[in-house]
Amino acid sequence: MNLQKDKFFKNGFFCIALVSVVAIVMICSFLFVGGMPALEKIGVMKFLLGTQWRPSSELYGILPMILGSMYVTMGALIFGVPIGILTAIFMARFCPRKLYRFFKPIVELMAGIPSVIYGFFGLVVLVPLVRDNFGGTGNSLLTAALLLGIMILPTIVTVAEAALRAVPESYYEGALALGADHVRSVFFTIVPAAKSGLVAAIILGLGRAVGETMAVIMVAGNQARMPQGLLEGVRTMTTNIVIEMGYATDLHYDALIATALVLFLFIVLLNLSFAYFKGGMFGNG
Amino acid sequence: MVNCFKMQAATTASKVLGITVWLAAGVNILILISLIGYILAQGIPYLSWELFALEYTTQNVSLFPALVDTLLMVAFALSLAAPIGIGTAIYFVEYAKKSNKFVSIMDMTTDTLAGIPSVVYGLFGLLFFVIYLQMGYSLLAGACTVAIMILPVIIRTTEEALQAVPISYREGSYALGANKLRTVLVVVLPAAVPGILAGIILSIGRIMGETAALVYTAGTVAQLPEDLFSSGRSLAVHLYVLASEGLFMEQAFATAVVLVIITVIINGASTWMAGKLMRGN
Repeated sequence: MNLQKDKFFKNGFFCIALVSVVAIVMICSFLFVGGMPALEKIGVMKFLLGTQWRPSSELYGILPMILGSMYVTMGALIFGVPIGILTAIFMARFCPRKLYRFFKPIVELMAGIPSVIYGFFGLVVLVPLVRDNFGGTGNSLLTAALLLGIMILPTIVTVAEAALRAVPESYYEGALALGADHVRSVFFTIVPAAKSGLVAAIILGLGRAVGETMAVIMVAGNQARMPQGLLEGVRTMTTNIVIEMGYATDLHYDALIATALVLFLFIVLLNLSFAYFKGGMFGNG
Repeated sequence: MVNCFKMQAATTASKVLGITVWLAAGVNILILISLIGYILAQGIPYLSWELFALEYTTQNVSLFPALVDTLLMVAFALSLAAPIGIGTAIYFVEYAKKSNKFVSIMDMTTDTLAGIPSVVYGLFGLLFFVIYLQMGYSLLAGACTVAIMILPVIIRTTEEALQAVPISYREGSYALGANKLRTVLVVVLPAAVPGILAGIILSIGRIMGETAALVYTAGTVAQLPEDLFSSGRSLAVHLYVLASEGLFMEQAFATAVVLVIITVIINGASTWMAGKLMRGN
């Protein structure tokens, strides 16, 4: 009797757990169903590799936005990865315990600040800063990359710190016993041992940068053309959707859903590689 | 001699590396302080009672309706996502067999949900809730969209909280003759409450700051909503609209102050709750 009841509740909880699976299947299918007509009409190659995005003359090439997303993301990684990884090393191995009690909430707060606040900060501080120091209008690839570099810091720090902490203490002690000092022990035994987890952290940061929308919209200029340079405006895939969704109709509308589909597939790919590297972490496999 | 020289070089390199690590950490603090400091310094002078007027007009640029919209969406999204998220976590931690292939697929689904950009959620919300289910631009559609978005946050934090409950609690409960469900609901779940609450507070923060997923689901109407079916902008959307129009920068700064203060409070509460869980064990 009791066993039957337990089984019943087990199945109940299983059904609840199915909701997120159903959600992802629905997201997938709605994007595919919505995006496929455009891909068929425009042609997959023409859509992905077309260099012109001009809905008014029926030109739908998203290469400018793909490149825009890529450049902005790479820029963000150049800023964010070194600082993020070093901060994680600091938190895992250098930070005095008393300081850690303040520092950890600071990183959590950075993760919790809404992207629109980051965007607003970028708009009123970074844009003028770039304009005055480097020229141009300030709404540029460089500004967006800088801002995203800041925004992905907490993501990278949190995952990288967990990866560093997962390395067995004996590695560190062994290095010390062999005569290495604290810094060398950390950098030449702990860090290499945590490599897999550090890569996972970078991939997660990359995903955040690719998917960020509102902060980028506010500082990137958003011109729908091939990226021209560091100080010129740029449009990413995410911003393309938000900017034009409000008034798009027919094929234009479908092309925007197809843009989201491309973005979605890219993120899923990133997630799979994240899972792969996370699996290589200590204590995970 | 040679050895001596090598030792010296090593310590210099060590020193430089050590200093770099501290510098990198300093950069984080510098960024956060300048971000929050700048917004507070610029925005606090513009805070006024007019901003909290009941009705939005172009004279007062009130953020009050947006605040009400946001709270309504938070309440509704949580009432959807919290039971589902907690139930899912209970299944993963207490019931599922880790070796099961399907369970690991479900587990990866959660990671994938967490990785999907909010703009994709927004588009899905538009296609499914707004158009397919004919909710129109409404608080309801917005709340449903963000409910899916915060699901992975709630699942993961609840999982962690449940895992932190010592196995002896469960064994003790079984030994006293309780069945599985009773053990989970009466013994394990209460012990995990602080951690679960920390996760829920965290997801309130996510909803409060959400923009991209709400622009095309909840819409951008700046007035007080009549019911869940009316369109309304969240506080973050309100700030976005003000900042991108550029007409009311003073009010935009003040709105940013309110949003930052809410974020700080929510984060503090979440950290405090999580700390309570750690101390409890």
